[in-house]
Amino acid sequence: MSLESLYQELILDHSKRPHGFGLAEADDHTGTSYQRNPICGDEVTLRVRVSEDGQTIRDVTWEGQGCSISQASASMLVDLIDGVPREKAAELIDGFREALRSRGTIELDEDVYEDAAALSGVSKFSARVKCAMLAWVALEEGLAQTS
Amino acid sequence: MTPLDLAAIRADFPLLAQEVNGHPLAYLDSAATSQKPQQVIDAEVEFLTHTNAAVHRGAHTLAAESTDAFEDAREAVAAFVGAGEGELVWTSGATAGINLVAYAIGNATLGRGGEAARRFALRPDDEIVVTESEHHANLIPWQELAARTGARLRHIPVLDDGRLDMDAAAELIGDRTRIVAFPHVSNVLGIINPIDDLMALARSADAITVMDACQSVPHLSIGLPATGVDFAVFSGHKMLGPYGIGGLYGKRELLNALPPFLTGGSMITTVTLDEAQYLPSPQRFEAGTQPVSQAVGLAAAARYLQELGMDAVHAHEVELERRMRDGLREIPGIRLLGDTDAAPRVGLAAFAVDGVHAHDVGQFLDSRGVAVRVGHHCAQPLHRRFGLTASVRASASVYTTPDEVDRFLDATGGVRAFFGAS
Repeated sequence: MSLESLYQELILDHSKRPHGFGLAEADDHTGTSYQRNPICGDEVTLRVRVSEDGQTIRDVTWEGQGCSISQASASMLVDLIDGVPREKAAELIDGFREALRSRGTIELDEDVYEDAAALSGVSKFSARVKCAMLAWVALEEGLAQTS
Repeated sequence: MTPLDLAAIRADFPLLAQEVNGHPLAYLDSAATSQKPQQVIDAEVEFLTHTNAAVHRGAHTLAAESTDAFEDAREAVAAFVGAGEGELVWTSGATAGINLVAYAIGNATLGRGGEAARRFALRPDDEIVVTESEHHANLIPWQELAARTGARLRHIPVLDDGRLDMDAAAELIGDRTRIVAFPHVSNVLGIINPIDDLMALARSADAITVMDACQSVPHLSIGLPATGVDFAVFSGHKMLGPYGIGGLYGKRELLNALPPFLTGGSMITTVTLDEAQYLPSPQRFEAGTQPVSQAVGLAAAARYLQELGMDAVHAHEVELERRMRDGLREIPGIRLLGDTDAAPRVGLAAFAVDGVHAHDVGQFLDSRGVAVRVGHHCAQPLHRRFGLTASVRASASVYTTPDEVDRFLDATGGVRAFFGAS
C-alpha cells in the first residue's frame, strides 16, 4: 500500500481548503457533536441542521484541527450529505464505517460516496481509521439530537 | 569507557533486521518502548521452559528454584539502580509504581499504617508540586490524590527553551509543600532536569520526593539512593526488558512505614477474619501473583546494559541526539521543542513541522521505513504550553545507528514538499 494511495491529491486538496468549515448558528433544528481522537488530539465539532419535519439534512458545518485525513474526511462528508434524507445518511455512515474497518477488503463506491470514496485506502492503515471516522461519528451523534 | 560495538549490539536484536514498507527499518521510537535483545528473550524462555513454579510458597524443588530466580532478578535490577535490600518493589510498570505511592499516601491520610505512617498524611491546604512537563502517569495520580485529600496541586512552569523555571520552583516549594513529584528526564524534551536543585528545595520544605525515572534509568548511569529521592519509578519495557514489569525504588525506612496499596495474598504475616499484619517491603507491596518470568527477563536486560556500560550508552545516545537536533535545525519549517544547549540531554528530539500535522509526518516517515512516535506522548499540558496538540518524537537507544538518524533526517526533509506545505 503506497503512501500516494493514502494521500491522494483529492484528500490533500480537501484538507487544505475544507468545505463547510466554520460552524453555523445553532437553533431548534440543529444537533452538535464534539469528537476527539485522544491518541493524536485531532478534534472535530460538527453541526447538522435538518428540515422542519426532521427528515432531511439541510446543511453540515464544522470546525476542528488535526491531520489531513480527519480534516479531509469532514470536508468530503459535507459535500456528500447535503440534502440527503435522514435514513439515507444513517446508511451512508454505516457503510462508511464498515468499509473503513474492513482492512482494505471493501472499496467505497465512488457513485455513492463521491469524493469520500478516496478514503477507502485509509482502511489499510488501521492507526488512521479513527481519524477518518471522526466527522462521521460526530454527524451520527449530532443527528441523534435532532428529531 | 569502551565505546559501543554497534554491529555486535544489533546482532543481538533480531527485530531490527527487517524491512518495513520496502525499506530497512529505522526504529526511532525507543522512548515509547525499546526493542529486546535475544538475551532477554532467551532468559524468559529458559525460565518458562525449565524453572517456572509459584514463588514464595510451596516446598517443592521448582518452587525453590523459581523463588531464587525471582529474588536473584530483584538483586540484579536493584544493583543496576543502586538500590539496597528491601528498596526495590516490583510493579507492573512506572504508572503502577506512582499510583502505589499516591494511594498509599491516601491510605496514610485516612489513618492507615498507624503512627509510623502519620508523616505521610495530607491535610487540606497541603500542597503537592509537580512540573508542567509531566507525563500523565506522574500527574493524574497526584490530581486524584489532591481531590481525595483536599490538598492543592501546583506546578513548576516550563520555560520557552524547555527547561524548568527553577526561580518559580523556589517560590512555589515552601512550608505547605508536602510532596514534590518530577521527571528526571522529560519524555518529550529529552532534557535532564536539575534534580539536585529540585531535591535541595524539596529537602528544605521537608517534602516527600517522587521521581519519574522512566527516561533516565535506561539511558544514564544512575544510582537512585545517591539522588536523595524518597521514591523513584522506572519501567522494564523501556530498558530493553519485558512488558508488565517495572520497579519502584523507595528508601527502606519510608517503604516500611508506608501502608500498603494493593492487599491480598503474599503480603501478610498473620491474618484473622477481622484484620491482617503486613510483611515489610518489598513483599508488603507485592500482593498477588507476581510477574516472575518478566522479572527474570528484566534482570537480563539490566545485566545487558551493565555490560555495555551506562557511560558508553549515554555517550552514544547523546551523540545521536546531537546529530538529530543539528540535522533538524537545517530543515526549513521544523520547530524543535526544548531546543537548548543550556541543559544536559538524553537521545531524543521532539518537533513540529509547519503546515503538516504530526500524524501525517509519522505516516510519511513510516513509508520510508522510519518509525517515530507522533501525538502528545502522554504530555498534553506540555504540548499545550507550546501551543501544540501533537508533535513528532524520534528517540534513540543502544542499537540506534548514525545511519538510521541520517535516514530519518533525509525523510523528514521531504515531508513538507510531499504535503505541499508552504
